[in-house]
Amino acid sequence: MSKPIVATTSLAGCFGCHMSVLDIDERILELIDLVDFDKSPVNDIKKFSRTCDIGLIEGGCCNSENVHVLKDFREHCKILVSVGECAIMGGLPAMRNGIPLRECLEEAYLNGPTVQNNKLKLIPNDPEIPILLDKVYPCHEIVKMDYHLPGCPPRADLIWEALIALVTGGEMKLPYEVVKFD
Amino acid sequence: MKKFTQKVLEKYHHDKTRLMDILIAIQKEFGYVGSDAVEQIAQELSMSEVDVEQTLSFYHFFSMQPTGMYSIYLNTSAVSNMMGRTQVAAAFEKATGIKFGQVTPDGRIGLFETSCIGMNDQEPAAIINNRIFTKLTSFRVKEIVRDIKEGKPVTEMYTAGFGDGANRDDAVQSVVSNNIRKIGPILDPNYKVGEAIKKIIAMTPEQVIAMVKNSGIRGRGGAGFPTGLKWEFCHNAEGDRKYIFCNADEGEPGTFKDRVILTELPRLLFEGMVVAGYAVGAREGILYLRYEYMYLEEYLEKILSAAREKHYLGKDIMGKTGFDFDIRIQFGAGAYVCGEESALIESAEGKRGEPRDRPPFPVEKGYLEKPTVVNNVETLCSVVKVILKGAEWYRSFGTAESTGTKLLSISGDCRNPGVYEVAWGFTVNDILEMVGTANPVQAVQVGGPSGSLIGPNEFNRILGYEDLATGGSLIIFDENRDLLTDVVLNFMDFFIEESCGSCSTCRILPSVLRAKLLKILNARGVAQDIDDMLAWSRFLKASRCGLGQTAANPIVSTIKNFRHLYEAKIQTRKAYDTGFDLSRAVQEACEVTGRIPNI
Amino acid sequence: MNQVVKFTIDGIECMAAQGQYIVDAAKENGIYIPTLCNYPGVKPKGSCRICTVKVNGRMMTACTTPVAENMQIENQDNEIIELRKAIIELLFIEGNHFCPACEKSGNCELQALAYRYTMMVPRFPYTFPQRAVDATNPKLIKDQNRCILCKRCIRAIQDEKGRSIFAYHKRSNKVEIGLDPKIGKGLTDELAQKSVDVCPVGALLIRGRGFEQPIGQRKYDKQAIGSDIENM
Repeated sequence: MSKPIVATTSLAGCFGCHMSVLDIDERILELIDLVDFDKSPVNDIKKFSRTCDIGLIEGGCCNSENVHVLKDFREHCKILVSVGECAIMGGLPAMRNGIPLRECLEEAYLNGPTVQNNKLKLIPNDPEIPILLDKVYPCHEIVKMDYHLPGCPPRADLIWEALIALVTGGEMKLPYEVVKFD
Repeated sequence: MKKFTQKVLEKYHHDKTRLMDILIAIQKEFGYVGSDAVEQIAQELSMSEVDVEQTLSFYHFFSMQPTGMYSIYLNTSAVSNMMGRTQVAAAFEKATGIKFGQVTPDGRIGLFETSCIGMNDQEPAAIINNRIFTKLTSFRVKEIVRDIKEGKPVTEMYTAGFGDGANRDDAVQSVVSNNIRKIGPILDPNYKVGEAIKKIIAMTPEQVIAMVKNSGIRGRGGAGFPTGLKWEFCHNAEGDRKYIFCNADEGEPGTFKDRVILTELPRLLFEGMVVAGYAVGAREGILYLRYEYMYLEEYLEKILSAAREKHYLGKDIMGKTGFDFDIRIQFGAGAYVCGEESALIESAEGKRGEPRDRPPFPVEKGYLEKPTVVNNVETLCSVVKVILKGAEWYRSFGTAESTGTKLLSISGDCRNPGVYEVAWGFTVNDILEMVGTANPVQAVQVGGPSGSLIGPNEFNRILGYEDLATGGSLIIFDENRDLLTDVVLNFMDFFIEESCGSCSTCRILPSVLRAKLLKILNARGVAQDIDDMLAWSRFLKASRCGLGQTAANPIVSTIKNFRHLYEAKIQTRKAYDTGFDLSRAVQEACEVTGRIPNI
Repeated sequence: MNQVVKFTIDGIECMAAQGQYIVDAAKENGIYIPTLCNYPGVKPKGSCRICTVKVNGRMMTACTTPVAENMQIENQDNEIIELRKAIIELLFIEGNHFCPACEKSGNCELQALAYRYTMMVPRFPYTFPQRAVDATNPKLIKDQNRCILCKRCIRAIQDEKGRSIFAYHKRSNKVEIGLDPKIGKGLTDELAQKSVDVCPVGALLIRGRGFEQPIGQRKYDKQAIGSDIENM
């Protein structure tokens, strides 16, 4: 029997959740025995090569590209997991949600104290750049997400337990100490 | 403003519990209560400014910003919409050049929306400087705005004759119509003031209570608590002072029968309050009147003065030594939740109209912590008839569980909207036949937004506490109405706006449910959304008061009775849809950066 | 001495002084009923509804209802547990609760309740309201984003003349907490600290003071809220 295939990505996140995966320490060897990785920054595979069993999503959606990547994951993964606060509720990037987008952009590119030499008063608008969304969206408000692992980042033990449960089909243990929002 | 405020503060003896009256007086005089006035009130009453604003910002008809020399409040009720409010609203915006929620730059006109003002049988209606304007059309709006620009006083802006009955009284002079369509024992105009008082002063309070209990009468506001029992609890409660409140805050959209009683039979109502006062041993009665009925103030005060002259009120009433009772009017300032008895008491104490937790019940600890009875207008009127004609007689009307008669406020798609007094036990079909309908009826809202919307398969149900309990509002919708948009969405907006904001459930959930409803109306709904709405609505049951507990009723009762309307709007191909719309989500960024969306 | 009454909570026989509120009576019997808007020594208000229990089958708030003889109280009923989870989730989606960036994280009662009830994600969509941070007070920062409108500050904090320093403003879903601009300026250090202490979340903070305790040493890092009552 072939091993379950895992894909991961970081949308509007800081890669902290990916770091937390590495925090499982020596269990990483066990993990490699248990699963194969497809599209993921871990192995730098850029495109899905097959249907995956589990997709781990870090980060929420702050721009159009995030939305496309997330939808791509939804199409290619049987199970999608929101990993971390940003995927679950937008996280720190979503702190801009309380400020009108125009104000955010103008502060960043026109009026902010760090703005220099923007004589043309331009807000970057190259067609190559992904377009910002009106707010940062939690992943489950874009596509269906099957599971959620809170934390900033989620504790390594939580990620480990979740992966093992998903791979083996066993019940997930949730001790008090592992479910935390920070 | 400073001098005026000082005078008002003196008039109310610097009494914090009269804060409502103080704010109302200032609002009426200046059209707003500015920060200077807030500061002054706070200082004089030894309160903090945020505490004054706490009450001030709660009520719809108070404002900290000027609301214009002419403040126009257009009703947003479902029936107002059905009768053409959209065109009227557009006409107001066009004629004034401002949007709703704004004041013209010259400060002359303010345009605002407001929840049901108790004129459902003559919509669209608006309040302008506390005077009522009914049956508005876009033509009439142009006339009104022209008159306003010419500076005419509101009282001179009427173009037609005054309404019927006491609406023509010198102290009322209003275009409002009573539209009394069916008279019964309560609305019977052949009533002699003072007879009931004469009769009770020969009885003991206990005998009066026994008689009321024996009549089987229950509260007419909708909750249906036995009136005699309430009086008995209050009578037996410990307290050096006790109070009788008449709840005339009828705010349930679609109800207006109390307005008609207050116009035609105020003496009957006041006599009912005197009877209640005698029975429980209270010396003070307070008529809590909704702000929307301010146009009746002068008239009601006139009648109270006359009653004092005739010793129906005051000291030693009708010669009975030691029987002292007087009535004052306490105005609300626009808050539906104040119709809930404990919220009403809070409001009368000058606070936010937030319901209290029970126990203790108002009959034990009510107004100013004293035992208090709160009765509906119609209840108090009915009691007078019970006293005059006996409990047996009263029980001869209605059913075993619902004795007597009920005043119904009927509006919507019918030929003769208005007030009907019928014995309990009428079926909805009987009523539809009585009021006359032109088109086939799709649904009837029984008991306002907090009641339920029923379809033809339930029109054989009867009105009464044993089946369809109602405060008396019936709204008829014919086959041309879109129930989800015209009714359910409107009612949800009402509940969201009128929540006091105290309970987490009632403050947050109705908006969440409304968003779900909108998702379905926008064709993005799936079957799960219907189930979610039903499941989530249940959490509202944990709210403190009836408003919160019933705030999802518009949705719940339509899913139950008109599920096909929801099912017709959801996507059958999809089991899941978040409702996310990428092109809408990037719109703002494209506008700001000047980009063409290339998603 | 007060009369003692007997009652049951989830079938367990309990005793307490008559007139005691159910929450307190439960606590004395080693049973935890979650609370948020309730605060020791402050008049209960019953506004968050999290302490809802079934009293003889009827939903009542345990912080405002006194115990009475033979009361049958249900605290672990499925409907009640589901309701409490929903209320916690509602409070999370109503405001902007960015736990990772909050000074109160780890000591926050709302967060602690979410931990206790294992909230992985709220079932309701986030609302992301636009709310202001009020930094005009010389001693306090008031962050409306995090406020759950429990009114603890309103009820607990008065100046020496008995005037409220905090108050509700507006109504419906627009309601917020106002901090008096004038008498709030004269807030003593003691009262400012008390304001922060009564706030169950991070909506009131002492100016200039940031994160103080390392992760792992905070109140609810290892111990679930209420476990102190249950392990008494």
